[in-house]
This record gives sequence, C-alpha cells and structure tokens, in this order.
Amino acid sequence: MSLIGQSVKRLEDRPLLTGSGRFAADITPPDALYMRVVRSPIAFGRLSGVRIAEAQAHPGVVAVWTADDITDIPPIGFRMTPILGLEAYRQPVLANGYVRYVGEPIAAVFAVDPYSAEDIAELVAPEIEPLAACVDPVALPRELAPGLGTEVAVITKAYGDLEAAFAAAHVVVSLELTVGRHSGVPLETRGAIAIPEAESGILRLYGAAKVPHYNRQALAAMLGVPLDRIHLHEGHVGGGFGIRGELYPEDVLTCAAALRLRRPVKWIEDRYEHLVAANQSRGSVHRVRAAVDERGFIRGLDDEFWFDQGGYLRTHGVVVTDLTCAMLPGPYIIPAYRSVGHVRLTNKTPCGTYRAPGRFEASFVRERLVDVIADRLGLDPIVVRHRNFIAKAAMPYRRDFSALGTDIVYDTGDYAGLLDKFLKRVGWDTLRADVARRRRSGEMVGLGLGFFVEKSGLGPFDDVCITLGGDGRIEVITGAASIGQGVETVMAQICADRLGTDLEHIRVIHGQTDRIARGMGAFASRVTVMTGAAVTIAAAKLRSELLAVAARLLQTAPDRLTIKGDRVMLQDEPSGPSLDFAAIARGAAGALTAEATFTAEHMTYPYGAHLAQVRIERDSAGITLERFFVGYDVGRAVNPMLVEGQIAGGAAQGIGAALLEEFVHDGSGQPQSVTLADYLMPTIAEIPAIEVALFEDAPTPLNPLGVKGAGEAGIAAAGAAIAAAVDDALARVGAVRRLPITPNRLHTLLADLGAGELAST
Amino acid sequence: MSDQQDVTFTVNGDERVIRVEPRRSLADALREDCGLTGTHLGCEHGICGACTVLVDDQPVRSCLMFAVQAEGARVRTVEGLAAGDKLHPMQQAFWDNHGLQCGFCTPGFLMLAVSILERDPNIAEPELREALSSNLCRCTGYQNILKSVLAGAAEMRK
Repeated sequence: MSLIGQSVKRLEDRPLLTGSGRFAADITPPDALYMRVVRSPIAFGRLSGVRIAEAQAHPGVVAVWTADDITDIPPIGFRMTPILGLEAYRQPVLANGYVRYVGEPIAAVFAVDPYSAEDIAELVAPEIEPLAACVDPVALPRELAPGLGTEVAVITKAYGDLEAAFAAAHVVVSLELTVGRHSGVPLETRGAIAIPEAESGILRLYGAAKVPHYNRQALAAMLGVPLDRIHLHEGHVGGGFGIRGELYPEDVLTCAAALRLRRPVKWIEDRYEHLVAANQSRGSVHRVRAAVDERGFIRGLDDEFWFDQGGYLRTHGVVVTDLTCAMLPGPYIIPAYRSVGHVRLTNKTPCGTYRAPGRFEASFVRERLVDVIADRLGLDPIVVRHRNFIAKAAMPYRRDFSALGTDIVYDTGDYAGLLDKFLKRVGWDTLRADVARRRRSGEMVGLGLGFFVEKSGLGPFDDVCITLGGDGRIEVITGAASIGQGVETVMAQICADRLGTDLEHIRVIHGQTDRIARGMGAFASRVTVMTGAAVTIAAAKLRSELLAVAARLLQTAPDRLTIKGDRVMLQDEPSGPSLDFAAIARGAAGALTAEATFTAEHMTYPYGAHLAQVRIERDSAGITLERFFVGYDVGRAVNPMLVEGQIAGGAAQGIGAALLEEFVHDGSGQPQSVTLADYLMPTIAEIPAIEVALFEDAPTPLNPLGVKGAGEAGIAAAGAAIAAAVDDALARVGAVRRLPITPNRLHTLLADLGAGELAST
Repeated sequence: MSDQQDVTFTVNGDERVIRVEPRRSLADALREDCGLTGTHLGCEHGICGACTVLVDDQPVRSCLMFAVQAEGARVRTVEGLAAGDKLHPMQQAFWDNHGLQCGFCTPGFLMLAVSILERDPNIAEPELREALSSNLCRCTGYQNILKSVLAGAAEMRK
C-alpha cells in the first residue's frame, strides 16, 4: 500500500512530548554572554545621542553598543522584492539619527547573565526629541526624514479596458474596506545564539528558521565573513507563520558580538519585544469598485489601496502589496482589472508577510464585493459566484501579470465543481433552513461564504541528497526548513514510498547549512511541493542504485529484486537469499547517494471555500462562531491528517483576525497591544470544531506527485466568510467594512442599524 | 551575590537544593538551575500557559511564581510524565491524535490536562473546554488538543 495519502503519526513528536525538544532558549553554551536590546519608547523622533556611561559602570556588563559601534555593518537588505531602488528604506541594525517606531533597536548590551542584562539595559538612556508621528497610511504623503517620503512605492497591476467596462456598467458597486494589523505571534518568541568556534574559525548561529541558507549569505555579506566561515542551524521551532526566520537586527547583532567579543552570545526575545519588534502585517485600506452587468457578471474591477508598512522596509520589500494586487481577482474572470497599491511608511513596527499574505486581505475585499453585488441585483450570491468563475475548461488560465517574480498561470481548477461539492457536503440547504427558523424565533444568526484561490510551491528550485549510511539508515538531506508543520514526516513518507521501505529507516535533515550547499527553506507553502518533488526523484534514483548493488552481491539481475522493510530480496522467492540495507551499504564500493534537483518556473494554485455560521448576542455585541467549514482542493494530500491540521490551525488564526486580533496604536504611534492580554489570540473557547472537506479533484501537472500546498488554506478567506456571516445575522449585506469585528465595532453597527427592528424582520 | 537564597524542593520526585536570587522565577530556576528545559516560556506574563507546571498538584504559571516560593513544594514538570520509555497516557494521546504541531505549547497543555483529570477524572466536555481555555496554542486550532485530552482521559480512567 502506498504511504502517500496515509495519515501516519508524526515522526517528530516524541521529543516534543517528553520535554526534550531543543528550542532556541534551550541552547545555553558555556561562557555565554546575554544580549538585551534597548528599544525606542517613542514612535518618531530625532535621536540626538545615547547615554551609556551608567550602563558601562555596572559590574555585570561586558559591552554596550550603539549605532556608532557598528558603522561598518550595512542596513538589512531585501530577500525578495519586485521593485529595485528602494535601498533608502532599509532598516539599520541600530537606529541612527532618527527612531521610527516604538520598539526600534537603539542599543545592545552584553552581560554575563540575562537578569543583569535587563538591569543594564534599564541604565541606557536614549536622548530623543519627539516629532509628529505618522499613523494613518491613507494620509497625504509627507517627508519622514530628510529626502525620505512616506510613499515608498505604488504598485499597479492592470489589464483590459477598464474605462469601457465602467461606461457600459449596468450597476457600479463601491466599498471602502479596512483590514487591521495582525501578525503570526508564534508561541515561541524569537531567539538567536551565536557561537564562535575557536578551533575551526566558524561562526554558528542557532535559532535559525524558515530561510537559513539565504540568511547565511546575507549575514556573511553584512559582517564581511567568508561564506565558509558561517553556518546556520535550525533546532525545534515554535511556529513560524511567515514572520519567523527572516533576518532581523537581533540576528545580526548576536553574530557581530560573538565575532568581536569572541564569546558565545545568546539572545531570547521577550513577549513585549515580540509584539513591537517582530514583523507585523495585513493593515490596509481598500477603495474598490466594480462594474457589473444585469446578470451579476463583473465586467471591471478597480481597487486602490494603502498598505500600512510601518517604519522601514524589511526583508520582504514590497511583496505583500505586490501579492495583494496579483491575487485580488481570485477565481473570477474579470475582463478588465486595475489594482493600485500604495506602500506607505508609518511610525509603527515594520511589516513583512503573515500566512496567506495578500490573500487574506484580497479575499475579504473581493468576496465582500461579490456579496454586495448580489444583494444590489437581488441575486443569490452563490449564483453570482458561478457566473463569474473561471471555467474548468479554461485551465491553465493566465493572468496578464506576475507575482513573486513568476507569471500567474492557474494550473488546474474546477471552482464551480468545488463550490457545489462543498455546499452539498456541509448540507447547505439544511443549514439555511435552520438559520431561517432560528431567525424567525428572534435569534441573530447568519451564514457567510468566502471563496479563494491560493498560491503555493514557489520555486525556483530545491535540492535533495539521500544517502544510505553504513548503519543501514537512510538520510534525506534537504534544504527545507521546519517551523513545526511536520516536514520530517511528510518527506519521510514520500521517500519511503518511492524507495519501497518503511518510515522507521529514514531520517530527514532540514535547516542545516553545513549539510547541503543550497536551500530555499520553508515559506509560501512550498516544502511539500518543491522539496517533496526533489525527494520523489532522488528516492527513485537511490532505489535503482541500491538494487544494482544488491543484484551484484546476490549475483542476480536488479529487476528480479524487490525491497521490503530494510531488506532486498528476490521478488518471486521471498524466503530466498536477501540482504539488509546495512549489508548493502557495506557491499557498496563507496557511499550510496542519490541527488536530485527539482525546478519550477510557475507556482501551483490550490483553491477552496470557507463557510461560517455566527450568532450575535444583541446585549453584549458579542459574536459566537458556531460552525466553521473549509473546503479545499489540495491536488493530492500526502498526509491528510497533517493537511487537516494545517487547515484547522490556519482557520483559528483567521478567526482571530476576523473577530479578535489587532495591533492598535494611539495618535502618537504608541502601540496599545503589547501583551497577550491586549493582542487577543483565540483560545479553545472561541474556536469551534473546524470541519474540513478535502478534495483531490485537481492535481497539478507541475510536479510528479500532483500536490499543491496546504499551509495557508485555512486562513485565506476566513475574514471574508465571517464578515459575510455577521452581515447575514444583521440582515444587512455589506454592513461589515472592517476587520476585526470587535464588540465595540459591532455595537456601533447595531446602533446604526437599529437592532430592534432588524431582529423582528 | 550575597542576596542569594537556598531553596529546597522536589522536582519530579527528586530533591533539589538550588541557590537563587529572590527575584528568579520558578520557570527560570527549573530551566536553568535544574536543567529541565521542557517547561517553556511563551509570554512571561501569565497569559499563554506554556510554562504550566504542577506545584503540589495544582497547575501553576511558573513564570509568575518565584523560585523561593516553591520552598518545600512538590513540583512536577513534563519531564516527569513518562515512565522511562513508556509515555504517559496523555502524551500518547497527543501523539495519536495529532494534538501538537510546533510542540512549544505542548508541555503546558499536557501538565494542565493531567491536573484537570487528576482532580476530576470524569469531567464533562464543556467544563473541560473551559479549563483548557487557560492556555494558548497558535498551531492546531485546538480541536485535536481537545480530542487528545478526551482520549487521554479515557485511558487515564482505565
């Protein structure tokens, strides 16, 4: 039986269950120094100096650094960006001349123990002259520093004759929609442990994640260290969600300090720091309008939006805005289209990507619009979706623009088919009848739908090396990264399946730059697609090598042999002579190794729908999410249990984003969400069972397994579906214009709509 | 430092004597002075529950308790759950039901769940959900945690 498609239990769980995991904070080298970062308490101001004398007098201090101590280290560059020439917007490792957000690193102290490091950091006194902060991304552009305007870039993606579409419109529908600032907020904060090895001259950075190979190159260049003198190592990682593993100032500081102070340097972020210093995302305001014909067909879509970038451009450059422009059309034809995204600096924590970047926002905007179009024309919103869907027969379907450096070509998809099957699976008619009955008895309940197209499997390549060791164990060395999503299990499943052996003989390596020369890491739902495809190819190669060696040793032909467990035997004589992997390894002239590279020019596009059922408590303006469904076509599920786990976890984050989570700032740019009691992530009390319907109707031809990514499916249209459900409960389509729908905002909506009359209609 | 104090307590049945500053948290004492890094710090302000340990069988946020307050106490951590190679039924249930992804919140959830069920082996699902809402998980969406705890509870009752 094929191992692909089996919900096997995870290989990585035992150490995590027994407390023997190795997360960043668990690594304490002997003789380590502890770094503490002094951060700006002011959102925007001129930094005229930093007083450090008192800190330097503390008995536990080893060094105190400000920008003056690291003038040779350049600002942090862009890992990915579609626009060149934005270097002026990069973040310096330590603030220089100005501070631009609360939490910006100003100084770093190095001390002999972590408690002293905090004491010493308290003694560092930055001298900041406050300036008027910019907090509204939609405000007119202004100068933030000499020669540095708040309008970083304007990205436009367009095709078709928009003017003609609007001129011929039967109806024009316009909306202004806002998505709050969110972030991944993994349970483990960030950490970096840099260890200079005196004997080898190699600097090793532990606590790496997501993109260790890229960060190795970036660090080597920034610190002026030869590439072979620096290695990054990923241990256990307590959640990523897009924000962890990017190169941050603290990573550079720990490495620089380890090199200069010639001692290991350990930095563990605290939660306050995390909530002001790690990447945030999402915050944007959209003004969107659609030209529609009598049947609800969208002839033209025109969106202008403002992305709240924060104080600097970080490693992602302007990727979130680029993706939002590219993914807004989603599953619909839309013959004429224009999206104009303004990337705006504000005096807030800088932004990067967060799970389903651009798609969570775009799905919210697009699906809101479709619901309002249906309402305006008196049509069923499901009918309007069907009228606009790109047909299965039109696949592959090319959009006339690119994202992440690749042309957008939807590879496979049957959107209409998925929606029909999904609604049947959830019992749509019964749900509708039930909600209608409850509304007649006075309850405020509603159902809402959101459809989405995802992207996954970003190239351009992935390398894999599979080796049969002398002990008979098979080692799969990848350039992937694991942020807790089950990479080891999935890669082992694919390898074991193609090799014809069992999982227990396989060990998967990831996130170690000293084990494989190149690696792309884990982001954009790419690992199962890209690394998985490379494993598929390498495992097949190793199988033939292994059989060839065994055939020689057994004096037979390779095609007469088969593999069972860790033994090679004659196909038609299972009780005859056989060899185990260890014996084959000994019999091979050299190491048995198979390498493979998988390349992909285009991403693969999975898709699905979310359906929410909510109840509003009129008196408290509270929202209870009663049921939440996700239908998703993943092409092919290697491990359905893990795919469903990814979807359920993503959905919980989407529910948080729709109802609870927001980074709020006051008018002076002071963050108001600086503990987990302010930034409200859902607990089990807010999350119903996530009911997942997985489909495998549209496998992709772009990789040998037919798989598409699963990492971002759970969150993509959660905001859209919940907003629609709240609308439905309020009996006012398009009422929700802003996420999250906090009790305050719902209370205002209820007051505006006159809740009393609504309930009785 | 002169202001250090001795603390004597048992951790997973072993008596420990450590010398700490009065301001040292129990979590740091367990992790750094006892070498038990299975107890994780997710927020250090008592919200996330990743650092949950049992002190005299009560679930406690070890980030909010000073080590010196544990004088004479019986502390249990995730490292004490398994009996050698044999996992505690709750650990096994989390494994069987995909109750963890990144695993960072897992020790806290395991200790919380064990304490809930030791107190009330037949706890009903609504009360169980309520009690489990004291801890945060960012990966799983909680359903598989609930499933795991229900399965672990059934096994613990045997």
